[in-house]
Amino acid sequence: MEIIRVHNLVKKYDGLTAVDHISFSVKRGEIFGFLGPNGAGKTTTINILSTLLQPTEGEVYVNGFNVITQKNKVRKSIGLVFQDPSLDDRLTAEENLYFHARLYHVPHDEYQKRKEEVLRLVELWDRRKDLVKTFSGGMKRRLEIARGLIHHPAILFLDEPTLGLDPQTRSHLWSYILKLKEEKQMTIFMTTHYMNEAEYCDRLIIIDYGKIVAFDTPTNLKKAVGGDIIIMESPEPQKLKSELKQKYSLEAKEENGGITIEISNGKTFLPRLFDELETKVTSVSLREPTLDDVFLHLTGRKIRDEEASPLDRLRQHHFRRHR
Amino acid sequence: MEFRRTVEAAAAIWQREFIRYWRDKTRIISTIIQPLMFLIIFGTGLRSTLARGNFGLDFVQFMFPGIIAMSIMNVSFFSTISTVWNREFGFLKEILVAPISRISITLGKIFGAVTIASIQGFLLLILAPLLKIKLHPLNFPYLLLFMILVAFSLASLGLLIASLMKTTESFGLMMQLLIFPMFFISGAFFPLTSVPWWMRLLAAINPLSYGVDALRQILLRYQTSGEALKSVSLHPLAVNALFLLIFSTIIVMMGAIAFNKKN
Ligand SMILES: Nc1ncnc2c1ncn2[C@@H]1O[C@H](COP(=O)(O)OP(=O)(O)OP(=O)(O)O)[C@@H](O)[C@H]1O
Ligand SMILES: [Mg+2]
Repeated sequence: MEIIRVHNLVKKYDGLTAVDHISFSVKRGEIFGFLGPNGAGKTTTINILSTLLQPTEGEVYVNGFNVITQKNKVRKSIGLVFQDPSLDDRLTAEENLYFHARLYHVPHDEYQKRKEEVLRLVELWDRRKDLVKTFSGGMKRRLEIARGLIHHPAILFLDEPTLGLDPQTRSHLWSYILKLKEEKQMTIFMTTHYMNEAEYCDRLIIIDYGKIVAFDTPTNLKKAVGGDIIIMESPEPQKLKSELKQKYSLEAKEENGGITIEISNGKTFLPRLFDELETKVTSVSLREPTLDDVFLHLTGRKIRDEEASPLDRLRQHHFRRHR
Repeated sequence: MEFRRTVEAAAAIWQREFIRYWRDKTRIISTIIQPLMFLIIFGTGLRSTLARGNFGLDFVQFMFPGIIAMSIMNVSFFSTISTVWNREFGFLKEILVAPISRISITLGKIFGAVTIASIQGFLLLILAPLLKIKLHPLNFPYLLLFMILVAFSLASLGLLIASLMKTTESFGLMMQLLIFPMFFISGAFFPLTSVPWWMRLLAAINPLSYGVDALRQILLRYQTSGEALKSVSLHPLAVNALFLLIFSTIIVMMGAIAFNKKN
């Protein structure tokens, strides 16, 4: 059962193609992820799916409605947590929710019930009468999520929901999101930079320069890398490389002074390697592939190379807000 | 049903504007102090030098209606700047993605600005007795009507411009190119009855000049000689009201179309 269907979507800004002929569909009730570096086209896609932006080409259906000709019906079906803060910080938490509920025509007694429900969910019930100005970044983020939920949308869009949050708040937030999915059978469409967050998704798209480079479950994507990863250090890296090639026909990669190989069953391979290897090795580590490796594998680049650290982004964020 | 929803959404947006205004006491106070300072400094300065004798009107009394109009203009424009401002700060997106008609956003914004500007004008009016201007109770409905009309036409204009502009910078520039000429050629400082033709022409398309003209005639009609007042007035009240009404209607429609197109 498809709840979002995107066919050959293109978005051009003047000369730049931000989204380049992408097609995919999202199933009802799943957590669907968009993973990619800065400027990949994630926010642009969300803006088109949520009617904020006109596509240049292509067809998009959300909850069965066309995003160009049935805007209002699409808008009624969705909740959105924007990448950039969008609360009114001169209003209280409650007033922000009330305003939202009125725009979405939530009946008044329904609103009273849901207000308590969502505020308790994000643990802001006690702070409901406080001005948003006095909230921390994490509290604001949680309030935005509560706000996105109060009209019971069929689909919740989360554009980097945990941006600028500390790891603890981040994992907390994730437990809310997973709970929501369970309890409300809500479809969640999210974007992220964080590889470990992409792992929460049922299915995920890796997007780069506006193009889909991969589309599968996180587990399958990791399988595509070619199994486990063994990293070795040696005083004679060239010798090690050629020995690996000769004995096991393994293409080893040299990276930051380490020699890396991908092997399908690392745990059983390691003991054998120790027995047979002649070249001196000073350290060995074994790990399972991560989505970082998937991205590297697919694009030849590391996702983090071209982006600011989360802390920098948070700073920028504050700068933008308080300018 | 659709109509009710439009009204409901506009009311929500209006209420938000009002709450924001009411919470910001510094802004309320500064928007009262600024025009008063203007009045005291300019009024007193000019009274003691230039405007003595043949004028027939006290200069501070002459300027007061213009100052009220200026204050209304500032508030109306400032409130619509917040549309652009919100675009940058994200809150506008929250409104734009909601299942409400674009017209309800336009109306909510404009009525919000009108309410705030009228309150501001009203607060200044209360200070009139300090300037030896008697506030005749019969005048209140008229004054209020014209304050609302002026606020309505300027808030619509502000929203139209805000919808046409892309950044706060260009909006600021436009406002500078607009606010000062509009204010100086409004009749607030000097009567427009005997100025050169080009200035009369500009005044004729300046909604503020109709507002100032009307407010002055109403405020001073029970306390100055009809002759003196007549010598500085441009149009009958009904003409002023009609112009402002037509101007607002046209601009509000253009504003709604521009806003709709943009978003
Ligand atoms: N309004 C705009 N005008 C012109 N170019 C734009 C505009 N918005 C985005 N772009 C460009 O489109 C591309 C995709 O931007 P988008 O915001 O969708 O990226 P993103 O994947 O969300 O990145 P991030 O992780 O930084 O949020 C970028 O190259 C960006 O510069
Ligand atoms: Mg983005």
